[in-house]
Amino acid sequence: MALKMVKGSIDRMFDKNLQDLVRGIRNHKEDEAKYISQCIDEIKQELKQDNIAVKANAVCKLTYLQMLGYDISWAAFNIIEVMSASKFTFKRIGYLAASQCFHEGTDVIMLTTNQIRKDLSSPSQYDTGVALTGLSCFVTPDLARDLANDIMTLMSHTKPYIRKKAVLIMYKVFLRCPEALRPAFPRLKEKLEDPDPGVQSAAVNVICELARRNPKNYLSLAPLFFKLMTSSTNNWVLIKIIKLFGALTPLEPRLGKKLIEPLTNLIHSTSAMSLLYECVNTVIAVLISLSSGMPNHSASIQLCVQKLRILIEDSDQNLKYLGLLAMSKILRTHPKSVQAHKDLVLQCLDDKDESIRLVSKKNLVEIVRKLMSHVDKAEGTAYRDELLTKIIDICSQCNYQHVTNFQWYVSVLVELTQLEGTRHGHLLAAQMLDVAIRVKAIRKFAVAQMSALLDSAHLGAGGPQRNGICEVLYAAAWICGEFSEHLQEPQQTLEAMLRPKVTTLPGHIQAVYVQNVVKLYACILQQKEQAAEPEAAQDVTQLMVERLPQFVQSADLEVQERASCVLQLAKHIQKLQAKGVPVAEEVSALFAGELNPVAPKAQKKVPVPEGLDLDAWINEPPSDSESEDEKPKAIFHDEEPRHAKPRPPEAEEEELARRREARKQEQANNPFYIKSSPSPQKRYQDMPGVEHIPVVQIDLSVPLKVPGMPVSDQYVKLEEERKHRQRLEKDRRRKKKKDKDQKGRPRRHSMLHTESDEDVAPAQRVDIVTEEMPENALPSDEDDKDPNDPYRALDVDLDKPLADSEKLPVQKHRNAETTKSPEKEDVPVVEKKMKKPRKKEKKHREKERGKKEKGKEEKEKSSKHKKKKHKKEKEERTKDKKKPKKQQPPGEEAAEPVENGALADEPLPPMSSYCLLAENSYIKMTYDIQGSLQKDSQVTVSIVLENQSSSFLKNMELSVLDSLNTKLARPEGSSVHDGVPVPFQLPPGISNEAQFVFTIQSIVMAQKLKGTLSFIAKNDEGSTHEKLDFKLHFSCTSYLVTTPCYSDAFAKLLESGDLSMSSIKVDGINMSFQNLLAKICFHHHFSVVERVDSCASMYSRSIQGHHVCLLVKKGEKSVSVDGKCSDSTLLSNLLEEMKATLAEC
Amino acid sequence: MQFMLLFSRQGKLRLQKWYVPLSDKEKKKITRELVQTVLARKPKMCSFLEWRDLKIVYKRYASLYFCCAIEDQDNELITLEIIHRYVELLDKYFGSVCELDIIFNFEKAYFILDEFLLGGEVQETSKKNVLKAIEQADLLQEKTENIDLSKSFIGCKPAY
Repeated sequence: MALKMVKGSIDRMFDKNLQDLVRGIRNHKEDEAKYISQCIDEIKQELKQDNIAVKANAVCKLTYLQMLGYDISWAAFNIIEVMSASKFTFKRIGYLAASQCFHEGTDVIMLTTNQIRKDLSSPSQYDTGVALTGLSCFVTPDLARDLANDIMTLMSHTKPYIRKKAVLIMYKVFLRCPEALRPAFPRLKEKLEDPDPGVQSAAVNVICELARRNPKNYLSLAPLFFKLMTSSTNNWVLIKIIKLFGALTPLEPRLGKKLIEPLTNLIHSTSAMSLLYECVNTVIAVLISLSSGMPNHSASIQLCVQKLRILIEDSDQNLKYLGLLAMSKILRTHPKSVQAHKDLVLQCLDDKDESIRLVSKKNLVEIVRKLMSHVDKAEGTAYRDELLTKIIDICSQCNYQHVTNFQWYVSVLVELTQLEGTRHGHLLAAQMLDVAIRVKAIRKFAVAQMSALLDSAHLGAGGPQRNGICEVLYAAAWICGEFSEHLQEPQQTLEAMLRPKVTTLPGHIQAVYVQNVVKLYACILQQKEQAAEPEAAQDVTQLMVERLPQFVQSADLEVQERASCVLQLAKHIQKLQAKGVPVAEEVSALFAGELNPVAPKAQKKVPVPEGLDLDAWINEPPSDSESEDEKPKAIFHDEEPRHAKPRPPEAEEEELARRREARKQEQANNPFYIKSSPSPQKRYQDMPGVEHIPVVQIDLSVPLKVPGMPVSDQYVKLEEERKHRQRLEKDRRRKKKKDKDQKGRPRRHSMLHTESDEDVAPAQRVDIVTEEMPENALPSDEDDKDPNDPYRALDVDLDKPLADSEKLPVQKHRNAETTKSPEKEDVPVVEKKMKKPRKKEKKHREKERGKKEKGKEEKEKSSKHKKKKHKKEKEERTKDKKKPKKQQPPGEEAAEPVENGALADEPLPPMSSYCLLAENSYIKMTYDIQGSLQKDSQVTVSIVLENQSSSFLKNMELSVLDSLNTKLARPEGSSVHDGVPVPFQLPPGISNEAQFVFTIQSIVMAQKLKGTLSFIAKNDEGSTHEKLDFKLHFSCTSYLVTTPCYSDAFAKLLESGDLSMSSIKVDGINMSFQNLLAKICFHHHFSVVERVDSCASMYSRSIQGHHVCLLVKKGEKSVSVDGKCSDSTLLSNLLEEMKATLAEC
Repeated sequence: MQFMLLFSRQGKLRLQKWYVPLSDKEKKKITRELVQTVLARKPKMCSFLEWRDLKIVYKRYASLYFCCAIEDQDNELITLEIIHRYVELLDKYFGSVCELDIIFNFEKAYFILDEFLLGGEVQETSKKNVLKAIEQADLLQEKTENIDLSKSFIGCKPAY
């Protein structure tokens, strides 16, 4: 066999080849690292040799080592060497190594551009193929841009082998270089109908991938794909097409109707599971996107469900999983059709956990019960923990969408705490807190449950290390404290929380205990005082004072600190109570205010107000550190409160209240502060008791107080009964619901209203507190999108005709032997039209190329180049021929759009933008003014100073008389009368340029500033002080900045209608239109948007963002200029200036 | 497809192909993580798992795990087919392939994969065409090598 021969020949040639290396590594299992480092040393030696075969072998070995996890990036250059070997054997290895280890960070990657280009155009299809394959793995944005045109050419290669590779790699190119998409798309579309099925499927692949990201741009291809779908028999292609349709249908519902039939046919006929699955998935997606009022669709749903049942019943776990997955999708919209298969799903529960997706309101309770029984039976904590997280996941998904009875949920949670040794205590705790905070109606119940939890000893037992469940106590303590007004027997709970055993809990839980003990205490005080039982109140205080010291001794700083604070507070209250002063009000004021959940996106939603620079220092950085210096002292102070005299609580309270008021005031005035609720903050003492809780209708059948540990199972029965009753009471309830809604209470999550809602009304009128958003949040869907999404850049309109600036860069050859004006000969027309920035890049790259060309590939030069050149040119021409037919409206064909600075058919007269400022026998001053779009109120004046005398000029200083509008920017600290020194001296006959920055407020009018240049002229006779007066003319033109503009954007601008219009006409013009335009471009900083015959549209932009649009028409001997601009004064001034320029022509 | 990994039951990487550019460090991290997760799964579990925002499709052939990462909307079953097709190709090329074939001829395994997939997409659905392309490329390689050999045997250094 061929392979064996190849192997043999390599064996004979080298000392240690890849096979030897692999064998060696396997034989050195104990000291692998040592052996490999030895090998790497050998490889380094081999790479130093001149023999390319040895090098290739070395690189091959390196590639293997790279897979084992060794760094071979140091050999990147050697890899490129091997890539550029002329022999396929080595080239293949080189490209393989490159594709394995090159990535965007590899710096030598740019050296490969030419090599790859050469290989792409190689006569051997395998050279080309291997280059394409390699490129697909390491294509960078630079490579993509430089090679896009070459690859596009290959898409029309004669060999299908190359065509299909070229088509596929285009997708990678598009991702890296989105500009390439539009120019390449027509050809890509052609390939959909390529005679070779491989190429065709490649094209389908690429377009499907593209369309999946940005479907709307590909709707026009739907008919073509529809044809392909009905004719193709290749399952691979079919799957892609069907997937594509799945992406398209949400945008075009009519497509969905059309699709159902062929898809159902496929579902019936195909034997390939993958295709079946894809079809079912798409049908589901289509049905979801279609409005529900389609009569005949229940049939197709039934079909899907049946097929899915077959999948689920299959012994293959994979099919079962996918079947369930798809089933869950159907369930979302068509729950009724899945109901019939509930048995099956529940059966699956026994062996799999994936079915958690199949949860709805109806079956939640049932499923969770099933899971709970698994939890009980389960052996091994890992699995049990897994189940526990699943249960919580199921219940909490979509903002508790499926939970209808929160009492049930809380009991489930409490029940779960009875598990031994679970690691998910914190998860349970978080759930409890979340539910208690967000579901107001459940608080009472939750508090009852939590106090029972606190009371029962089992959680703390067994030591905190082993028992992660004690985390739950954290939640329990907090809930009891925060919602203490709901407690039935607060005193009992307080005692439970102050038990000595609590001190064995972890520190952070103890801290919460201490904090909440105070809340409880405050609550009790209030109750007692209202009931006029001062003794009872004093007893409670006594209890506090007695028990708190145990926390003060805690090793945990947090606990210690809080406890000692609280202790002091309690002692003080004790004193006050002894005097008979009522204190409850003030103590409970400590904990006034309501907690609301804040939406995770809230911060992001706050719009950054204008003028606020988030990166700027608010204060100077040094002051920052000063303030920090002070802090430690304060902390130190707090840590030892026993030494410090406690401040009287009244003062503290007052102070607190005052501060709180101040802060609230500040917050109210501060638009950036996320307010806790739209209504003013409520204080509990203002609305004592339970009255402020929204009226809650709780079923009487549900016991309000569950003694001892609850059993969630009872809810299943209750649920059944309730449902039954509900049906009877439905109508009545509805009325009530209406009433309530009218009262303006926040409605339940609107997402919840699916079909199944109708028959399962929630047990409680539960108010899920919605997450808060800042008031001025911007309502946008955009924020979910990742701005860095690489696919976003590919979201371009593909049907729009190509703009000239969008042509792919074509490789140019500027050979050294530029004798007969090569520019004209070999640069195709397109090249000239390239917009400016591109040109620069181009040049830059050219330079690089130049360097490399000298170094590397001197041998292959002229002959090949010429050939390529011709080929390219031809292509360009054909492309150009094709284009107008396809994309441009008839009539415009003859018109060749031109752009700024590239219209040199006839020689342009020499032009300079510098004009004379002033002149005397010593010095000549010329100047030019430039603005920049980055700085909206600044222009730079460049003044060229030319020494015309035989004296040495020094100490030059420029002083300008500022106007209100225009001011010279002077160095800091100098007054308006000071001059600005010119930073150089001028020997005789020398000229130099100095730049001065001027600030400008309004740019709509031209300005003139008087100024003086003073200097000292020194010659053999001595030195004299001289000066030269000048007038600096800031024309409106000087505020314009040449900005390219596409014709479509230009058209939009004109249509927008918020531009004012004005026009001028100049007679007696002899200059050609071309030169005229060039002149306007040059002197007035415009760019040509489009030129048709003797008419051209031009565009420019002022530094302050005014758009200026011109329509220039040339008559026999006259020129008319119609202008449109966002500022009419600016426009008329500009046109006046232009008139002056044109008059000279 | 984002990448394909081949690794042994012992967790040794046998082949890796990345269709998204990542740094070596990330690649290593992902590989380690995935190898661990996949090896920990029981044989009766299904071949798909959700991992980060990707879906992992894996399948075990003899002592080798073939593991692919696909995106959310991609079809798991077709990915399994791709894996299977690749195994078939290897099998045809090496003649009942075993792990050792892939270890010792890992570059060949890559060449086959490159003829089958390009940039993470199926390039050629016909087994015959893939094998033909590989054979011809090998033939080309062999030809040039034979010339080299004959040159080196008669003692003249080939000019590179």
